[in-house]
Amino acid sequence: MSNTVAIAPIKRKKKASEIINPIVRYAILIIVALVMLYPILWLFGATFKTNNEIFTSISFIPKRIDFTPYIKGWQTSTEYTFATYFINTFQIVIPKIVFCLISSLLTAYGFARFNFKGKSILFSLLMATMFLPTVVTRIPLYLLYRDLGVLDTYVPLIANTVFAQEPFFVFMLIQFMRSIPRDLDEAATIDGCGHFGILWRILLPTLKPAMISCLIFQFVWSFNDFLGPLIYITSLEKYPVALALKMSIDASSGVVPWNQVLAMSIIALLPALILFFSAQKYFVEGVTSSGIKG
Amino acid sequence: MLKNEKAGYLYILPWLIGFIVLTAYPFINSFYISFTNYDMINESKFIGLENYVNLFKDADFIKSMGATFKYTFLTVPLQLAFALFVAFILNDKLKGINFFRTAYYVPSLLGGNVAIAILWRFMFQPDGFINRFMGIFGIHPVAWLSTPGGAMTVVVLLKVWQFGSAMLIFLAALKEVPGDYYEAADIDGASKPRQFWSITIPLITPTIFFNLTMQLVNAFQEFNGPYLVTGKGPLNSTYLASMFIYDHAFKYFHMGYASAASWVLFVIIVAVTLILFGTQKKWVYYSDGGGK
Repeated sequence: MSNTVAIAPIKRKKKASEIINPIVRYAILIIVALVMLYPILWLFGATFKTNNEIFTSISFIPKRIDFTPYIKGWQTSTEYTFATYFINTFQIVIPKIVFCLISSLLTAYGFARFNFKGKSILFSLLMATMFLPTVVTRIPLYLLYRDLGVLDTYVPLIANTVFAQEPFFVFMLIQFMRSIPRDLDEAATIDGCGHFGILWRILLPTLKPAMISCLIFQFVWSFNDFLGPLIYITSLEKYPVALALKMSIDASSGVVPWNQVLAMSIIALLPALILFFSAQKYFVEGVTSSGIKG
Repeated sequence: MLKNEKAGYLYILPWLIGFIVLTAYPFINSFYISFTNYDMINESKFIGLENYVNLFKDADFIKSMGATFKYTFLTVPLQLAFALFVAFILNDKLKGINFFRTAYYVPSLLGGNVAIAILWRFMFQPDGFINRFMGIFGIHPVAWLSTPGGAMTVVVLLKVWQFGSAMLIFLAALKEVPGDYYEAADIDGASKPRQFWSITIPLITPTIFFNLTMQLVNAFQEFNGPYLVTGKGPLNSTYLASMFIYDHAFKYFHMGYASAASWVLFVIIVAVTLILFGTQKKWVYYSDGGGK
């Protein structure tokens, strides 16, 4: 009896807080969400506004819908349109994705499923490169690519992925592979399956979600990459979207046609946004499985 | 475990070649270049410590290191605290949690895009969106981009705004905290903040440690945000070390000098990371397994 008396008030108290708590939580969540997303919403609205309206209204809803900024922005003030810059970007992004998936998968398989001499040292080196500040290797790499005569081509931007030199992806695949039971491999071996057969027929189908995570992160990161092209790409006709956008605010530094620049910014954000909303769960899995750079 | 040694090497061979040619060799080479006066035109000459001595006499470099420290020690704690706070609120089973999780991740996803930097630069113009928004509440316009403090605030805010991926990692860690710990604390009458400090924080210290290390290494090398939004900033207030290195390497082609600067930055990053690892025993609690 005494027990019920003692517990009862606590229970009642908990109920009161259970009602207030969610309201406070939702209030915080909504305010944070507004602060987070308003800039992007406003950016979207601004692309339909006249230059004058951009600087006078803080509402994201434009007074009238006008596609002129998109049309003029797309044409750019250079001899190329954004179509060229998008094609250039995809000429970098697509090979990077393909090479990255293949090379990271093979490397991860080697580390996750084989025993060989020096494996633990090599694995530590792989992990160390994850934390290695890339700023140290930037200059010698530039000189290396200069000596190879491939400056102002996409080779320096893609080469890393051919050799699985983006340890985040290798690490993520190793983590996923380790979670696949070895019994399957053994059963396949008994059935006469070679090691490549195991990778191809047993592991790869199970790894599909992880591979999709790799694909979309590689897509977004290489699409957004700015420093790489800034260092290596010098001719305008080879510019990817990132450099073209940057140029659009420099070239006309006197009077920036902000509505056009912002319209092209929205276009530049679209591929990542579309991909994200169609493959949300893979993003979340990818981030939480190995942790990524912010 | 497959014991076929040759096959094992074969699979990691592409990575190994890449590691030697694209990581190890440049790493060592950069150390060597830092002791030369190589400038892409004249013959490279070994000059000993001269680059390093000059760096510490170079007011621009000293200032850029100061700005880098300021930037790092503002963004990293703010971003992580915010990420943890929001993850904690999101962790309970609330309706619509997926929407919020998505909404908070979007800035992290897009943050690296030049478009966002342009938007940021635009919003903080003297007659831009932010100043007019503050005007509604009667706050006077702030000279964001033309004062040192303002410019630093703008680039710090840009980074903190991208707290989404750190938040997702925290959220995954919070899910691992057993629910009965909280129930027991509820029965003992421990308040929510108390539970947060005494149960949640200690149990997720490995994740905090991981996030902290990753974010520090990245923040010390930050380039895009300041370069695109504020440039050097008034009085070089947002001229970070990586921008200094970029300018000297790829604008003036002082490869030796820039390499030396990158090594100073590298040593600082390693030192900070090692200090962090040293403090690990004092505050990071790994469960029985000894952590990840």
